[in-house]
Amino acid sequence: MPTREQADVVIIGGGVVGTAIARELAKYNLAVILLEEQPDLAMGTTKANSAILHAGFDATVGSLKATLNVRGNELYRQMKDELDLEIDMVGSLVVALDDEEMKTLSELQKRGRENGVPGLEIFGRDQVLAMEPNLAPDIAGALYAPTGGVMLPFGVALAFAENASRNGVQVRTECPVTGFVIENGAVVGVKTPEGVIAAKYVVNAAGTRADAVSRLAGDDSFAIQPRKGEYILFDKSVGNLVKAAIFPTPTKLSKGILVAPTIHGNIFIGPNAFNLTDKDDVATTAPGMAEIIAGARRLLPGLPLASGITQFAGLRAVADSGDFVIRPSSITPGLVHAAGIQSPGLSAAPAIGEKIVAILGELGLPLLKKTNFIPGNPRHAVFSKMDMEARHELVAQNPLYGKIICRCETITEAEIVDAIQRPCGARTVDGVKRRTRAGMGRCQGGFCGPRVTAILARELKIPLTAVRKDAPESYLFYDKIPGNCEVKNNV
Amino acid sequence: MEEKRRISCIVCPVSCVGEVTVVEGKATGVSGFTCPRGQAYAMEEVTAPKRTLTSTVRIDGGELPLLPVVSQHPLPKDRIIECARCLATVRVAAPIQEGEVICADILGLKVNIVASRNMEAVH
Amino acid sequence: MYEHKAEVVIIGGGPAGLAAAVSACDNGADGVLVLERDREAGGILQQCIHNGFGLHHFKQELTGPGYAGRYLQQVKERPNINVMLNTMVLSVAEDKTIMAVNPQYGVMRIAAKAVIFTMGCRERTRGAIRIPGTRPAGVFTAGAAQRMVNMEGYLPGKKLVILGSGDIGLIMARRMMLEGAEVQAALEIMPYCNGLTRNVVQCLEDYGIPLYLSHTIVAIHGKDRVSGVTCARVDEKMQPIAGTEFDLECDCLLLSVGLIPENELSRELGLTMDPLTAGPVVDQLRQTSLPGFFAAGNVVHVHDLVDFVSEEGEIAGKYAARYAAGVLPTDGPVALVKATDGIRTAVPQVIRLNADDTATLRLYMRASKPERQVTLVISSGDQTLLERKLPVAKPGEMIVAEIPADKRGAIKDSITVVLKH
Repeated sequence: MPTREQADVVIIGGGVVGTAIARELAKYNLAVILLEEQPDLAMGTTKANSAILHAGFDATVGSLKATLNVRGNELYRQMKDELDLEIDMVGSLVVALDDEEMKTLSELQKRGRENGVPGLEIFGRDQVLAMEPNLAPDIAGALYAPTGGVMLPFGVALAFAENASRNGVQVRTECPVTGFVIENGAVVGVKTPEGVIAAKYVVNAAGTRADAVSRLAGDDSFAIQPRKGEYILFDKSVGNLVKAAIFPTPTKLSKGILVAPTIHGNIFIGPNAFNLTDKDDVATTAPGMAEIIAGARRLLPGLPLASGITQFAGLRAVADSGDFVIRPSSITPGLVHAAGIQSPGLSAAPAIGEKIVAILGELGLPLLKKTNFIPGNPRHAVFSKMDMEARHELVAQNPLYGKIICRCETITEAEIVDAIQRPCGARTVDGVKRRTRAGMGRCQGGFCGPRVTAILARELKIPLTAVRKDAPESYLFYDKIPGNCEVKNNV
Repeated sequence: MEEKRRISCIVCPVSCVGEVTVVEGKATGVSGFTCPRGQAYAMEEVTAPKRTLTSTVRIDGGELPLLPVVSQHPLPKDRIIECARCLATVRVAAPIQEGEVICADILGLKVNIVASRNMEAVH
Repeated sequence: MYEHKAEVVIIGGGPAGLAAAVSACDNGADGVLVLERDREAGGILQQCIHNGFGLHHFKQELTGPGYAGRYLQQVKERPNINVMLNTMVLSVAEDKTIMAVNPQYGVMRIAAKAVIFTMGCRERTRGAIRIPGTRPAGVFTAGAAQRMVNMEGYLPGKKLVILGSGDIGLIMARRMMLEGAEVQAALEIMPYCNGLTRNVVQCLEDYGIPLYLSHTIVAIHGKDRVSGVTCARVDEKMQPIAGTEFDLECDCLLLSVGLIPENELSRELGLTMDPLTAGPVVDQLRQTSLPGFFAAGNVVHVHDLVDFVSEEGEIAGKYAARYAAGVLPTDGPVALVKATDGIRTAVPQVIRLNADDTATLRLYMRASKPERQVTLVISSGDQTLLERKLPVAKPGEMIVAEIPADKRGAIKDSITVVLKH
């Protein structure tokens, strides 16, 4: 029997944008429901991008991309301690290979200063090589941005979601929006397989599918073009080949193929940029990987290909307008878009949250600040980062901290259980991976995968054969096929 | 009518490759194998090939949910899958000793299936 | 913190570690501690339920668990040996202090006089060989799948393709057939098969499973679960040949594409490593470049027969016990073993010339590529130490040869190992 619920705001999409909006709305006395169609949050673009906290010099002056990037960068640095976010300000270097490109760097610097980016400097070849000795010796120079950094995109989204949830936001996974309820041309609710949720305001943060969601509400004012980017991730043993995020000089199509550290001490290369029609196509390709290897080698000639540990691809949600689509719908009142969030979307996310809340306020949503808002999340113990004494104490409190499940990354069973049982906890093997790092090491889950699967089955009280890797039907194991004959003389 | 069949021995990892002469379905001669076990294997392989079966059966109350088992003697090659599917219906209870008969005279083929290891009972 | 000590501490309780423990004990070690991460000892043998183990060592054909059982019995009979299960080593320091953790004791600081590394291998992953495509459920390394099938009671899929003709892939092909699944094909990128011939016969030929040599997988398909793979023939450089692609429907891909010795602890200690074996450089006593640290089994170089793993473990255990007792010389003249011309790797890489004369000078070698009618020649300077005719030499089958005792005196500062035509 379909249910009928009531909310003040429904957010469609549980990526870094949707969760940032949820966290911002959580500060106010509002009933907020976030709906995510996949079994876990952050399964779209949020889990497959360059993970860069951009300084903000790249976007056109005055664009939403520019203003929200700079504001987002600032907000992240403020929120880092509050939400225990994994962010490292390692700096970025945009490398020029010739004089032409050096001119572009000057333009970027000028643009960056207009955008309000602090500390931008142009370094000559020798200075760059002193900072990054493994770069190609024939570079011309680089633009250095000290406020650039690296972060954990899905970690940030999960921290936003967990905090929103602790402050009363309902976060629902595996709950797609199948339609809108429209009365007198305005949104009054959304339809889901579990029933209707009545709401005066609906935020469209549906990533690559934001145009489809918008059309469901009768608004076809923008189109989203998925643009694929492929990546290769390298072992931590080669993690110190670069310290800052290294960019090539950008082109119109994209920021180019980077060589950058990850927040956890790996390095990665990518992305390329390839327009698609299929919004589900996140396959890596041989030509794509060849392209990013060639691009990366131009910056880092000694790229240690043999140390690659995994490859993946993500889709940028590119709006045809060329900028973020952050505005109320001009066709269907009640619908507010946070769409077309390609780069620097991750960097802008907290600022997008702010802006959406401001827009909702202008549309009439009452914004009464909560007096009991809890700004932080409980610190999750990370065994691998603790010293031996602290570890010993943890095991004394909970023996499951003494059981190492992921040997490559030294992740304990207790951390995995916590990742499952916490608000917005993991329901899948990759969900555990994104929250704990179990499975991200050099054996890529060969050792821990079956063990994590068994722990999920136990904690979620489901059969092991019901545990999924990531996607809705991604069951990992089957029951053995029943035998088919009688046994004679069974002892 | 004489036929010469090339056989790779599987008895030990050396895997000698030799020849068996077959006349009217009977092995009449063998060459190229470096030990008697290999010769015997090759002669049998062309007339009535046999294989050792290793698999698992369900075990209740043990340290593990499965008990590995092995056929005490080789079984006819063409009955192996059937034997394996038959073992999939078997369930035993811990404790089990290595060598204990798990399935006697499987499918009437006069070969016992025995436990490959001890399995303690857990409480 | 829990403080513990033992004369000889062994990291890894698989076949190498168990053999080392028994040997260390029998050679006078006053207290042997085996640290094992799994819920029982026996290592990879416990999931290798097939037979073929122990033909050399026990003159019997045993299953993996049966072989492990023999050593577990020997360990049980020696109260001097303590096996700690569910225990993960966190770090090993130069002064032989080992930090480990388990749920029972928490973090432990263990003082050792001699340490033996017997950590075994891990499997090469899809990511390491960069197979393009989607990342659906259903892609497993063969060993991880074997554990689930043989010890936990679940199937990784119902229609499989196997990539790699190494023994583990071949064994799993048969195992899955016996479990009622369909195995479409096995593919091998090299022009020759990597596994033992006996396994090609009883795992592929017996079941009509085609083996495509000089083939690889160029794409994995499937959104949530594997739906199929695209295969292609490769050229001499092992690059896919355009136009040779064909698709195989399957819901599971098992990867048997290589084993990598698990040497994180060795690298952290700064042991001298052999880039070709990916294991530490060892001498005939199985001592590494750091005195008092020994290594044996798959962590030194990937073996194909567990019998030789036990041999190595025995050697390491004996000399670790001697070291702990203070009666092992750790310096002196050495001969470096050079594998060249047809031989890819040889272990030990170093021969200590003033060591115990009873220590075997047995070399464990692998050919670079398959050869027929070759002669193994081991020489030092212009002196031939050993010559042996080999009708067949394959990279997948270790060549073992012992330098005769009466030739020891002829060893100078290097030993060369080659295959001559």
